[in-house]
Amino acid sequence: MALLDVNNLTVEFKTSQGQFRAVDSIDISVDANDVLAIVGESGSGKSVSMLAVMGLLPWTATVTADQMLFNGIDLTTLTAKQRRNIVGKDMSMIFQEPMSSLNPCFTVGFQLREALKAHLPLSRSARKIRAIELLEMVGIPEPLKRLSAFPHQLSGGMNQRVMIAMAIACKPKLLIADEPTTALDVTIQAQILELLLELNQQHDMALVLITHDMGVVAETAARVSVQYAGQKVEEQSVEDLFAAPRHPYTHALLAALPERATGKLLPSIPGVVPGQFDRPTGCLFSPRCQFADARCLADAPLASPDDSTSVRCHYPLSNSASVA
Amino acid sequence: MAIDDTQAQSETGAYELQRPGRFREFWSYFSENRGAVAGLIVFLSFILIAIFADFIAPYSPTDQFRGNLLQPPFWQDGGSTKFLLGTDAVGRDMLSRLIHGARFSFFIGLIVVSLSLLGGVTIGLVAGFVGGWVEVMIMRLMDVILAFPSLLLALVMVAILGPSLINAMLAIAIVLQPQYVRLTRAAVLAELPKDYVTSARMVGSGTLRLMFITVLPNCLAPIIVQAALSFSTAILDAAALGFLGLGAQPPKPEWGTMLSEAREFILRAWWVVTLPGLAILITVLSINLMGDGLRDALDPKLKRS
Amino acid sequence: MIQFVLKRLGTTIPTFIGVSIITFLFIRLIPGDPILLMAGERGMSDERHAKLLAQFGYDQPLWQQYWDYLSGMLRGDLGISFRTKRPVWDEFFALFPATLELSLCAIIFAVFIGIPSGIVAAIYRGKWPDQLLMSTALIGYSMPIFWWALLLIIFFSGTLGWTPVSGRISLMYFFPSGTGFMLIDAWQSGQAGAFKSAVQHLILPTVVLGTIPLAVIARQTRSAMLEVLSEDYIRTARAKGLSPFRINGLHALRNALIPVVTVIGLSVGTLLAGAILTETIFSWPGIGKWMVESIRARDYPVVQGGLMLIAAMVMFVNLFVDLLYGLINPKIRKS
Repeated sequence: MALLDVNNLTVEFKTSQGQFRAVDSIDISVDANDVLAIVGESGSGKSVSMLAVMGLLPWTATVTADQMLFNGIDLTTLTAKQRRNIVGKDMSMIFQEPMSSLNPCFTVGFQLREALKAHLPLSRSARKIRAIELLEMVGIPEPLKRLSAFPHQLSGGMNQRVMIAMAIACKPKLLIADEPTTALDVTIQAQILELLLELNQQHDMALVLITHDMGVVAETAARVSVQYAGQKVEEQSVEDLFAAPRHPYTHALLAALPERATGKLLPSIPGVVPGQFDRPTGCLFSPRCQFADARCLADAPLASPDDSTSVRCHYPLSNSASVA
Repeated sequence: MAIDDTQAQSETGAYELQRPGRFREFWSYFSENRGAVAGLIVFLSFILIAIFADFIAPYSPTDQFRGNLLQPPFWQDGGSTKFLLGTDAVGRDMLSRLIHGARFSFFIGLIVVSLSLLGGVTIGLVAGFVGGWVEVMIMRLMDVILAFPSLLLALVMVAILGPSLINAMLAIAIVLQPQYVRLTRAAVLAELPKDYVTSARMVGSGTLRLMFITVLPNCLAPIIVQAALSFSTAILDAAALGFLGLGAQPPKPEWGTMLSEAREFILRAWWVVTLPGLAILITVLSINLMGDGLRDALDPKLKRS
Repeated sequence: MIQFVLKRLGTTIPTFIGVSIITFLFIRLIPGDPILLMAGERGMSDERHAKLLAQFGYDQPLWQQYWDYLSGMLRGDLGISFRTKRPVWDEFFALFPATLELSLCAIIFAVFIGIPSGIVAAIYRGKWPDQLLMSTALIGYSMPIFWWALLLIIFFSGTLGWTPVSGRISLMYFFPSGTGFMLIDAWQSGQAGAFKSAVQHLILPTVVLGTIPLAVIARQTRSAMLEVLSEDYIRTARAKGLSPFRINGLHALRNALIPVVTVIGLSVGTLLAGAILTETIFSWPGIGKWMVESIRARDYPVVQGGLMLIAAMVMFVNLFVDLLYGLINPKIRKS
C-alpha cells in the first residue's frame, strides 16, 4: 500500500469574484522511500495540492477529496488536533523562501528544539543533543555555535539547511520540498538536492519534490507528475518521461530545456497558464498547444484510466515519437 | 513607461478621462465597508445640521425660559414636548443649543484642518524638495512640537494668547501640523525617484509646478486620511479646551463648554451632561468610521488585509 | 547596537535644545513683562519694578537670559512659582509620583486588555468577535474622555455609590508619603482599609485615562497580528504541527509586538495630555491638575518649567522606547 494515497483532490479558493479552482481532481500516490517530482509552471497548483495534504491552506480554501490516506490514516476525517500530531512528525514540509520561512525573532536552536518538543518525549538536554546532531546531519559547520544564531545572521543556503533539519527532526516518513532550491545560488542548489536525496536513501524517507525545473527533476526524481492549470496531465517514471513524453505540454517543457535546444533560439511555450478569468472550455492547454484542433477546443479530455501514464490528452504523443 | 504616458497626457485631458474610473474604484472599496458608509451619512447630516442650524433649531440657543429651569426631556416625568431634550440650568433649550453646537464643531474642524493641512503640506513639500539643512531644521522643529503633549501645548498657547475659540483653533492647528509635514515629506521622498518625476524634470517643469502639480496629487491618499482623522482630533481637542474653560467662552453653545457648565448638575440632571458629550462622541465616531473607510479604500497595501 | 544608540541620541539632543528654546520664548511672547504680570492688579513703583527685573535677570540680553535658563535647568533650577513662592522643580517632583502612579496603572490596564483583544480580533478576523471588539475599540478611540469620566461618575459613584469622586485616598487616612505612590504607601501604612480606599480612588481615573491607549493598542495589535499571520514563518510553525495557541501567542505575537511597543511608547504623550483632563475631573493631585491651575492663574514660571519638564519626560520615554525597540527587534540588536 502506498504511503500517501490521494484521490480526486480538489481545492477551491474563495475570491471576491467567486470560487477559483486551483487544484482540479488530482490523484497523488507516493510509496515509502519513493521520490516523486511534481512539475509545472507557476500557477499550475502544485504547491497548493501539497499544502492541502499538509493542511496548511488559509481559511479561504475549500479542500475536497474522495480519499486522502497517509500511512493508512484518512486525513480528511481527523480532528485538527489529531492532524497536528501527524503534521511535522511523520509528514513535514520545507518551503521556497528559507529567509522568510524562519521566524526572525527566535534563534535557530529555539525553532529546532521546538519541533522536537512538539512531538517527541525528550528531555531538555536530550533535545539539545539531538538539535546539534540534526544540524551536523544537514551539513552545518559549528552546530553548537549556530544554535544561538538568528536566521538573518545566516545565509539563504544555511537557512534552508536549518529548515531541512527542522523538517527531519522527528524522522518523518514523508518530506515535501516545495521548490527548495529556487531562491538559492546555483552551487548551493546542487548541495541541497544532494542532501535531500541522501536523507531519502539513508533514512527511509519518501520525498515529494515540487519544482518547475526539469533539470532538477532529471537529477533527483524516480517518478514525475506533470501538472498544468490545476490538473495532472501526465505521470511517468523519470526515464520514460524524458525518453517519451506523452502530453504535448510535457513535450514542450522538455523542448524548452537548454540542453535539448538544437536551433539558435531556445524554444519556449507561448502564452501563460490560464487564470481565473481566461479558463478555456475545452482542453486547458489547447490555446498554447501546437497540436490542438477543434475537438481540443471544444471538449475537455479525461485522464486515460487504462493507460499507465494517465495522460490527459485527446491525442497523446505516441511512445515511439522522438522528442525534438 | 505607462506612468510617463499618463503623466504626459495630463495636459491633453486624457488623464481627466481616467478620473471617474478611479473614483468608481475608490467608491466600490469604500461602499463595501458598511461602517464607513454609515459614518459618511451621519457626517453629512451633521454638516447639514450645522449649515441650517438657524432653521432647524426650535429656539435661539441663548434664549432663557425662566420658568423652565432644568426641565427634563419630554419622555421623563416633568418634561414637555415644548423642550424635546429638556432645558439647562438657566432655562435654555438643550436641543437648540446642541444643534447650534454642531455649527461650532463643524467650523472648528474645518478651520483647523484647512490651516494645519495647508501649512503642513507646504512645509512638508519644501522639506522634501529642498532637502539639506532646510529639511533637517524643519524636521527637528516638528520633533520639538511633537515632544509636547498636544493638548498641553494648545493649553499653554491659549494661556498666552488669551482664552477664546479663535485662539484655541489656532493652537490646535499648530499642534496638528507636524503630522502633515511628516506625511508629506515621506510621500515626496518616496515619489521623487520615480520615473514620471524625472521625465517631468526633463521637459523643464519648474520646481513649483513639480511640487504642486506633478508630485502632490500622487501623495494625496495618506494626506486625505490624515485630514479626516485630524478633523475629529480638532473637535475633541477644542471640546476639551472648552471643557477646561479655555476654549469657546459661555454662553456660546459649544459642546465642550456646555459640558463644563453642566458639571455641577452631574448628579441632578443627567441630560445636561449626557447629551453634549453624546453629540461629540457621535460626530467624532462618524468621522473616524469614515476615516477608516477612506484609509482602506485609498491605501493599496492595507486593501487586502 | 551602539551605533543605533548614538544615532538616536544625536536626534534627541537637538530636539531637547529646541524644546528649551521654545519654552524659554513662551514667557517672552506674553505682552507686558513677567514682573508686571506677577504683580497683577496691584501694580508697583517703577523703582521696585526695576529692582525685581534685575533680581530675576530680565534686564539681561536675551541670549544671556537663555543661557541662565538652560544652565539653571541642568542644575535643577526652574525658577520660583508666582503663587506658592516655592521652586518649580520641587513642586513638579512632589506632584509627579501621583501622575506616574495613575499613568502606569492606565497603561497596564490598556496593555493587559488591549493586546489580548487585538489578538482575538485578528484570529477571528471578520467574524463577530472581531466586529464587536473593533467597534468597541473605535468608540473608545473616539471618546471625549472628560465626558466618559462624568458618565462613569454618574453611574459608579452616583447610582451605585461604589467609588469616590475625587482625590487619591479617603480623608480619614493619614500617613507620611514614603514612595509617593499611594498604593504602596497605603499598603505599608498598615492601616485597615487604607489600601482598599486607595484602590477605589484609583479605579475610575485609571479606566478613563486608559481608554484611548487601550483602543489604540487593540487596533494596532490586530493589524500587526494580521500582517504577521500571513508571513511564511507562520506557515512553517503550522507545518511543525504546533498548537494554534503557541502559533498565535508566541510566534505571531512576538513579531507583532514590535510595532505595538512603538505605539505604546508613542501613547505616553497622549497619556500626559489625558492626565490633564483626568486629574482635573477627579481632583487628582498630579502634574496635569497643577498645570491647568497654573495656566488659569497665569503662574508663568510654573507653566514654563512644567512644560519643559513634561516635554523632557516625553522625549526621554520616546528615547527609551526606541532603545527597547532595538532590543526586541533582533535585526537591530545583533547588527
